[in-house]
Amino acid sequence: MLTALALGLALLGLLALAALPLAGHRLAGRIVHGGCCVVSAGFALAALGGMAFGLPEEPLRLPFGPAWAGMSLAMDGLSAWFLLLLGLAGVATSLFALGGAPRGLVAWPIFLGAMALALLAADGFTLLLGFEAMSLASWALVALDHREAGNRAAARLYLIVAALAAACLLPCFGLLGAMDFAAIRAAPPEGWRAVAVLALGLVGAGAKAGLVPLHAWLPLAHPAAPSHVSALMSGAMTKVALYVMARLLLDLCGPVQPGWWGLPLLVLGVASAVLGALRANLEEDTKVLLACSTIENVGLVVVGLGLALLFRGADLGAMAALAAGAALLHAMAHGLFKTLLFLVAGAIQHAAGSRRLDRLGGLIHAMPRTALAAAIGLGAAAGLPPLSGFASEWLLLQSLLAGWRLGEIGLQMAAAAALALAAMAVALAAAAMLRFFGLVFLGRPRSPRGAGAREMGRLQVVAMLLPAGLTVLLGLFPALALELAGEGIRQLVGPMVRPPVIGLALGAGEGHSTYAPLAVALLIGLALMLLWAVVRWRSPAIADRGPVWNGGFIDPPAELIFGDPLSQPSAAGMAQPLRRMLGGTLLAARERVTLPPPGDPRPARLEAGFEDRIGMAPLTPAARIRDAVAAQVERLRSLTIRGSLSLVFATLVGLLALVAWLEGR
Amino acid sequence: MAVLGAVIAQLLHLALMLAAAPLVLGVVRWLKARMLGRRGTSPLQPLRDLAKLLRKRPVLAENASVVTEAAPHLAVAVTVVAIALVPSFAHGMAFAPVADLVLVAGLLALARMALALNGLDVGTAFGGLGAAREMSFAVFAEPALLVSALSFAILAGTTNLDQIGAVFRDGALGLRVSLGLAAVAMLAVALAENARIPVDNPSTHLELTMVHEAMLLEASGRHLALWDYQAALKLTLWLALVSAIFLPFGVAPAGTGPLAWLIGLLAWAAKMGTLCLALAFFENAIAKMRVFRVPEFLGAALLLALLAAALLFVSTGFA
Repeated sequence: MLTALALGLALLGLLALAALPLAGHRLAGRIVHGGCCVVSAGFALAALGGMAFGLPEEPLRLPFGPAWAGMSLAMDGLSAWFLLLLGLAGVATSLFALGGAPRGLVAWPIFLGAMALALLAADGFTLLLGFEAMSLASWALVALDHREAGNRAAARLYLIVAALAAACLLPCFGLLGAMDFAAIRAAPPEGWRAVAVLALGLVGAGAKAGLVPLHAWLPLAHPAAPSHVSALMSGAMTKVALYVMARLLLDLCGPVQPGWWGLPLLVLGVASAVLGALRANLEEDTKVLLACSTIENVGLVVVGLGLALLFRGADLGAMAALAAGAALLHAMAHGLFKTLLFLVAGAIQHAAGSRRLDRLGGLIHAMPRTALAAAIGLGAAAGLPPLSGFASEWLLLQSLLAGWRLGEIGLQMAAAAALALAAMAVALAAAAMLRFFGLVFLGRPRSPRGAGAREMGRLQVVAMLLPAGLTVLLGLFPALALELAGEGIRQLVGPMVRPPVIGLALGAGEGHSTYAPLAVALLIGLALMLLWAVVRWRSPAIADRGPVWNGGFIDPPAELIFGDPLSQPSAAGMAQPLRRMLGGTLLAARERVTLPPPGDPRPARLEAGFEDRIGMAPLTPAARIRDAVAAQVERLRSLTIRGSLSLVFATLVGLLALVAWLEGR
Repeated sequence: MAVLGAVIAQLLHLALMLAAAPLVLGVVRWLKARMLGRRGTSPLQPLRDLAKLLRKRPVLAENASVVTEAAPHLAVAVTVVAIALVPSFAHGMAFAPVADLVLVAGLLALARMALALNGLDVGTAFGGLGAAREMSFAVFAEPALLVSALSFAILAGTTNLDQIGAVFRDGALGLRVSLGLAAVAMLAVALAENARIPVDNPSTHLELTMVHEAMLLEASGRHLALWDYQAALKLTLWLALVSAIFLPFGVAPAGTGPLAWLIGLLAWAAKMGTLCLALAFFENAIAKMRVFRVPEFLGAALLLALLAAALLFVSTGFA
């Protein structure tokens, strides 16, 4: 099976190469995106088959690689789970791209292949190779629309953060002492090296996943790319970063690490969850809003991982499995619904010509299928039963509710505070998703272009309905999915645990509460049918249509064909309560009213905005250091020829001395 | 036999809740009026209103989508499922294994979402305003509810409502300060969730303060009837929830027969009556607060719930 997967990787490489001569050809897009679609489906099937019928035992040694050891591939439960997600997201996004204009044909297969390589790696070198190739390919895709200055800036910031991640992950894997994963597991790092691995791994993988405070790039970079790229970046790429974090901190460093390792993850996770969800409530661009919601969901997954570490440290195997299961399930759920939502945002941008919430509206009439898919995705993102988001958030809340079992009062209080903040993040996400659906799909159109919107082509609609269907399925059968992920959960928290599953229901085990999504869905369906029948029997009158009452507001003049725009809620207006309640403290939100004096014909203005100071906090000093370093380096340019030559000579001597010292050790 | 008893108890419970909902609303209104020295409308008035609204022909706005028609049905169906999970007169009902407090919170969130979507559907100013406020209040109410649930989870080892009730009824827990604090927090959340004074006023359409009613301004006929019924169901659900957790006295244990049920029923009626009286008294005694004071109100509830959990950490020897 690994050979087949390796062939799939090679095929993606070939597709990227083929895209070069094909560029501009009529069929180029179809060949490349179609090929990516097929290979992604192969990845998903291989992962599914592996998890269901047994994973390959031995790693596959590739006949090439760096000088010290060959590269190797392996698929264990954890890799397979994330590879399944990558495959599903890859199919949906490639399908969506197939129906649109062919763009970024070289980078797209490389992007997919690099992520798969990072997931399938069985040694540190291969993993870093895949990870960095993924960063570079996605940078090229982010920079596709480089004619716009904003996108150029976003791509530059993205590259800097990717470089930061690389600068942290390279020494991090160096500190592990070995390259092969099995060798690292046999001799995990200890003492200061372990702490350094934790810090570097958190910064390196966290920066790529968009964890607070290294999240400022994400709401800029994800929306800058074409929509199918944004979908794969938010849906799958952040998950690859989370996979690296889980692999590094939970699996490779192993159970010898102390429980407090979970605490920084817990803190950063809840901070990301609350900040991301709050920003999602204030943003006025559909794709930026979704990108902020990605920060929130990444935070929730990291909370699950941190709790798993804490429980594992306290020898609470069942609880650790609950938390790890929550993290894995939420990663899958988010990967699917966020892929779907970015595709929806792409469809809206294509059909209604704008990404701004204030230019959209009433699209449920023009694009009913897209609206249905969006409702499913937004419902899952809002954590509504019986969709997938609720199942994973239920698990996460249950594991937070079990935080008191940790024993130490400090950890107990941390878990209680994390519970409060996670619950707040979930409610904030619900508010943000309602705002998205209400402003984009409901109400009246806000622009002529939006009023003329039409449904996208058949391929794109299928590409959206596919992850929507999977979201519903995952919501109804999370227990089956967790059974599949059982090997991955054991990989994370220990070989003796069982996934938190009781039959078709989720639950921590004996005496604990259970959640049976299928039963809940059936009950809701039954109640709906009975209610519908009773209401039709008691109230058979057919509804009349009339002009909207709107609290008695006067009818708009005839030239305003979409009604008075001022009598409809705006993006800033919908955000007002949360901006005032939470935005002031967390996001430095402000509102300024300028009232001209009586008699002055200028209109009164209300300006509202916010500033993500936490996100900017690491960037401002970094920019200052960059300027200082650049000023120093500039001085090299004015060196004399003698000075330059002696600098080169000194470097050479220094390197030789280093080699001599290393040889001598 | 035990299964049959559980199913019968479940059906009786559901019928009782569905019938009691309009009555609870009517009784609260009547009690409030009597306390103010007015004669008040009959406690049966909500039932008559529902019958009247069902007979009327609903009017939809020209640009109303399928959301306006589907949302009230969905909200009522979901609330009915949620209310079926909250034990009233007997424990061990058929749905007891899935009666999870977090699930009930999720179902109520779904109903809230349907209500907010209804407010946004035709694109009116009041609807959007109400929807934004409703969702913002939930941002503070949900953490308070879940942290209260933490206290129950510590004491009962689960968030299953049936088991919490059984443990609190049988276990010699005595009067606990932490449970008292959690009760205050839950009551504050209940007031906010049901749009009662001091968070919202159910009996006015004053535009400055409106939250719940603002989302229903365009509803008429059977749609309005469904929304009104949903509000009544939600109030009943929250009162039943409070009594199921904090006042579990007299509830028939699992597997008992009709006699124990009858006692449980009488106890439940007495508890609900007391809670209605307390609600009416509280609403008459307190003033409606500004919209932007609500986060402070619910934030205090959240802090009380956290304090309850902290007290448990310190006191119960789990530490």
